[in-house]
Amino acid sequence: MSWPPQRCGAGVAEGESAVAFSAAKDATETTVEEPVIEKETRSQDDVDLPWQVVVHNDPVNLMTYVTMVFQRVFGYPREKAERHMLEVHQKGRSILWSGMRERAELYVQQLHGYLLLATLEKVS
Amino acid sequence: MEICRREDKLEISELDPFLAELLRQIPASTNPEGTPAAEKRLFSPPADRSKTEQCSEWKLYVEPELRRLFRTATETVAADLEQLNGNEKPFANRKLRIPTQHADAWLNALNQARLVIAAKYNFTDGELCDHYRSPIGSRRDLGLFQLNFYGFLQEFILREIGDCPEKTSD
Repeated sequence: MSWPPQRCGAGVAEGESAVAFSAAKDATETTVEEPVIEKETRSQDDVDLPWQVVVHNDPVNLMTYVTMVFQRVFGYPREKAERHMLEVHQKGRSILWSGMRERAELYVQQLHGYLLLATLEKVS
Repeated sequence: MEICRREDKLEISELDPFLAELLRQIPASTNPEGTPAAEKRLFSPPADRSKTEQCSEWKLYVEPELRRLFRTATETVAADLEQLNGNEKPFANRKLRIPTQHADAWLNALNQARLVIAAKYNFTDGELCDHYRSPIGSRRDLGLFQLNFYGFLQEFILREIGDCPEKTSD
């Protein structure tokens, strides 16, 4: 196995491969097995997935205020918003959301609008 | 000082001159100029500073929007505070009525002010947890009192706007 892996047909000019295939067919006249096409099903979300919205602790922001912001920005129920708020308070940070980069950026902007310390991070 | 909700307004009454003055100082207290730490806190980067491209795009496109948002909130609060201007009545008889539609602007401006004050005096975690510190013997003590007073107002507004927040976007 070599690195980088060769893409199918890589390094072979289109005309060359067509000629080679035609010659082989003439020589044997045997049935060629249907190639197995492996489908890779990845949604756009998966492609863009590894981004997360992280909120960092700030001793000035009130706990009730932070909870309210999480409810508003992410639409979380109060209990979930409080859990994240407590995680920020106790552990210094909490991952609030992960997914597509574009939406994560929007969330970070909104959190900054509420003056929370929020960052966008790529999942390692 | 009395604080309560009357229909669609939050009402602060029985204001003593000292607390009235602290209220009037909210707009000025949101100004981070002259305190780099405050400027840095209000406009913190959206990612690790090593992500220079991301941070510079943010500075170019998002930061001006944030400045506009913060300024609008402060202007709304300043307009509400004009009720405290004029000398025709003693402060003790004066009322400040805040329309509930302005609650978000007040929360934002109060938060700006608290963050700027905290950055200006570089309060420790211990000081920030000491809500009953007294007496006020220095500018620093006054700053801490101001920060706690603004926090009290935020708590009141949050309680009064209730538990039915709306998701701001999708």
